[in-house]
Amino acid sequence: MSNRLGAIAFNTFREAVRDRVLYNLIIFALLMIGSSLLLGQITIAVQKQLLINLGLTAISIFGVLIAIFIGIGLVSKEIDKRTLYTVLTRPVQRWEFIVGKFFGLVGTLVVNAGLMTVGFFVALLYLMHGLVRSDLSILAAVYFILLQFLIVTSIALLLSSFSTPIESAVLTFAIFVVGSFSEDLRSFAEAAKGAAHYITMAISYLIPNFSALNYIASVAHGEAIPGNIVLLNTAYAILYAGSAVCAASLIFQNRNMK
Amino acid sequence: MSGRSQRGASLILCSLMLLMLGGSVLALRQITLARPEARLQDVLYIPSSKALKRMSLGYNGLLADIYWTRAVQYFGWNHKHKAMSYPLLYPLLEITTELDPHLIVAYRFGATFLAQEPPDGAGEPERAVELIDKGIKANPDDWHLYYDLGFLYAMNMGNYEAAEKAFDSGSKLPHTHPFLKILAADMAEHGGELETARLLWETTYNSTDDPGIRSNAMRHLQALDVDETVPKLEDLIRRYREKTGIEPTSFFELVQAGWLRRIPTDPLGMPYKLLPDGTVQVQDPEAWSFIRRGLAPKGTSESPQKP
Repeated sequence: MSNRLGAIAFNTFREAVRDRVLYNLIIFALLMIGSSLLLGQITIAVQKQLLINLGLTAISIFGVLIAIFIGIGLVSKEIDKRTLYTVLTRPVQRWEFIVGKFFGLVGTLVVNAGLMTVGFFVALLYLMHGLVRSDLSILAAVYFILLQFLIVTSIALLLSSFSTPIESAVLTFAIFVVGSFSEDLRSFAEAAKGAAHYITMAISYLIPNFSALNYIASVAHGEAIPGNIVLLNTAYAILYAGSAVCAASLIFQNRNMK
Repeated sequence: MSGRSQRGASLILCSLMLLMLGGSVLALRQITLARPEARLQDVLYIPSSKALKRMSLGYNGLLADIYWTRAVQYFGWNHKHKAMSYPLLYPLLEITTELDPHLIVAYRFGATFLAQEPPDGAGEPERAVELIDKGIKANPDDWHLYYDLGFLYAMNMGNYEAAEKAFDSGSKLPHTHPFLKILAADMAEHGGELETARLLWETTYNSTDDPGIRSNAMRHLQALDVDETVPKLEDLIRRYREKTGIEPTSFFELVQAGWLRRIPTDPLGMPYKLLPDGTVQVQDPEAWSFIRRGLAPKGTSESPQKP
């Protein structure tokens, strides 16, 4: 089973690389080099903060866009090209196909974000002429960004398992935006009364909470991330993404392919 | 794949999905408990209203509404927890009114939130005046803002001259409230008196349909009743003591002696407390936010403990 999953995941990764997904790294590298050269000259006192905000935001946005636009095509493209039928005639379970695709895309995103992080630290090193201990928390923020990718990919995969690519892209993006404001949603739910309170509260738990995974601004201010938050966020992202992948597999399992 | 094994796989997937979803809800609840400060902390990571306006891509009206709602939530949450400072309130209101300079409600309620003493507000009347001034600049024909400005000067800053000017400017606007002229005159003659305060709160009460404002005005009117009644009762006790040479131990004695018709009660219906030293206090100081009289002296065990 793990061989089959690995093969599907590896092929998904290879396909993404073939689709020139990693080209965004060139834009990112240019952005980082440009910023690190410019920031020292055009601003006062916040060069590091700005570079961290800019770098981590870029890693997050590039990754989320890749997760959405590749995630939505993972299933539909295979159906359109009829390659899916070739795969499914082999001893591959449908859920294995979905899970393999998921891991393939997550792997692509991890490699992509990893390379961007290396580029970001090179820029930071150039700007600040060295790194300090508190810069380690940047790695935790990057890790949280990866957890975001995990959730976005699973949602894109889930939506694409029953709707068209365009609908899936729009919906996934909308969920990402709403999920980024989920702390507000929870505040509104707490303030609401009666049925509105329960409905909003249920929505706030159903929509992925991306704000809990966003520590970019905190690490830019040099704040450390507590260990229990790392553990809880990890558990949350894995469980949430896992449930979405299960739902996608369930739908795909029962989908009529004829 | 046989139908049976497909059903089995579906069942497993369905159970796994539900379990994981439930687990994610539990994890999220723990995250919320672990970082309670996250509620609105992120709001001001973009503190520039100009930057926000550009980022809103022209949808600044909607963004202003969102920021106003955030300001209300921020104030409400802190007020509920009896906060003694509201550091994000003014920046939130500033951003809101910068995004939509015609959002009158943000100036009016915002100024009230800012001006009232903690824990009922931020205790920043100067900033409240600043906010209303900004509102007047953006909406020079709205008499409500002049009324609020005069009100702030009179009630929160004791500046009756400035209050008179504000009421007077407002009274000259087209479609203004006729009461502004009277208020301007009253400021000149009786600034600082309880009756003036009563007049201001009665005008506030009568000039709006908003239940929130009306309820706030009503609470202030009731507090004024207490502020007026307590000294009267204390004076009555002093006169009773002087005339009879007896220290009354309860209001019942005064009723029996014919000095009072009945046991005096506060506007909430609770009887006043008569203390051995002849001072009068309300039964439940926690129920009163705005009274100045009828409270135990500060530092005594009977004074309300505010965090």
